[in-house]
Amino acid sequence: MAGLGGRMSTVMKAKISKLLDRAEDPSETLDYGYQKQVELLQNVKKGIADVTTSKKRLQMQSQKIEQSVVKLDTQARQALAQGREDLARAALERKTVAQTELQSLDSQIEQLASQQEALTQNEKKLRAKIEAFRTKKEVIKAQYSAAEAQVKISEAANGVGEEMADLGLAIQRAEDKTEEMRARAGAVEELEAAGTFDDLSQLGDGQDDIDRELAQLGATGQVDDELAAMKAELGSGGGDSPQLGNGEESK
Amino acid sequence: MIVRISGEGQYRLPDADAERLNELDNRAVASVEAGDETGFGELWAQMLALVEADGEAIGDDELVPSDVILPPRDSSFAEAAAEFTGEGLIPD
Repeated sequence: MAGLGGRMSTVMKAKISKLLDRAEDPSETLDYGYQKQVELLQNVKKGIADVTTSKKRLQMQSQKIEQSVVKLDTQARQALAQGREDLARAALERKTVAQTELQSLDSQIEQLASQQEALTQNEKKLRAKIEAFRTKKEVIKAQYSAAEAQVKISEAANGVGEEMADLGLAIQRAEDKTEEMRARAGAVEELEAAGTFDDLSQLGDGQDDIDRELAQLGATGQVDDELAAMKAELGSGGGDSPQLGNGEESK
Repeated sequence: MIVRISGEGQYRLPDADAERLNELDNRAVASVEAGDETGFGELWAQMLALVEADGEAIGDDELVPSDVILPPRDSSFAEAAAEFTGEGLIPD
């Protein structure tokens, strides 16, 4: 089968053989091949566990962004209640950005979950192959001369090695994807926290954040309320009409 | 010949499919280089369909290296562009 393979296949084979190189000492394949495979299987298991952990972290990030969406929605309502349509609009615009990110994040998490499922399946397959290798090795050793056995076992070991290397590639790919998504989700979180969805926050002199403005509005509202209460206490700001008989307060 | 779909497993295909698969592979990369996402999608689908139609899954107890290794089924256009275009490892 010489000269086989188009460009994609050639690149894929190069990637796999790069991962295979370290296990290619033929003197090792005979006696230590199986032992080595079992050891490497532990790395594979650890790799899959890492992907699972990363996915969980990603889900937590997604939940945080979800909370941001709720918060921005609340802010928009508050702003609108205070008659600040500009603030409400800014909050809703940020909410839209966060929602869009959230959607793409969630669909990617779903994809990742199915990849993770595939990794687990392939890990089972690899385990079966390693077990098959162990059996085969014994049979070959019993039936062939040492030199022939070496050749046959080498080929079988390469088959197992390729399986293992390919699973390694798949784990790496899932891990890379997760990292990419985490970075992106992190960026959205940061933007939301800092209130700097760039052009979206160009309010007033361009620096005020929704939270701060709302806080100010809230503070103003509180001052107004306190003033009103004080006025009431002092008997309607010095008015002479006695109709505000508020019980204990009067006197 | 033995064909692996990366991340999935190995299949045994008639040797006669080799040429067809190679041709599709090279055309798929060419379409990526031309920025033709639709073309790439179609060619990639044809490659997978060929492996599925003619291929026989290899059992867990069979330990053989592959003659051809295809990228993962869900490879995106962007991934293909990043990994398979440009200089390539072996110009052909």
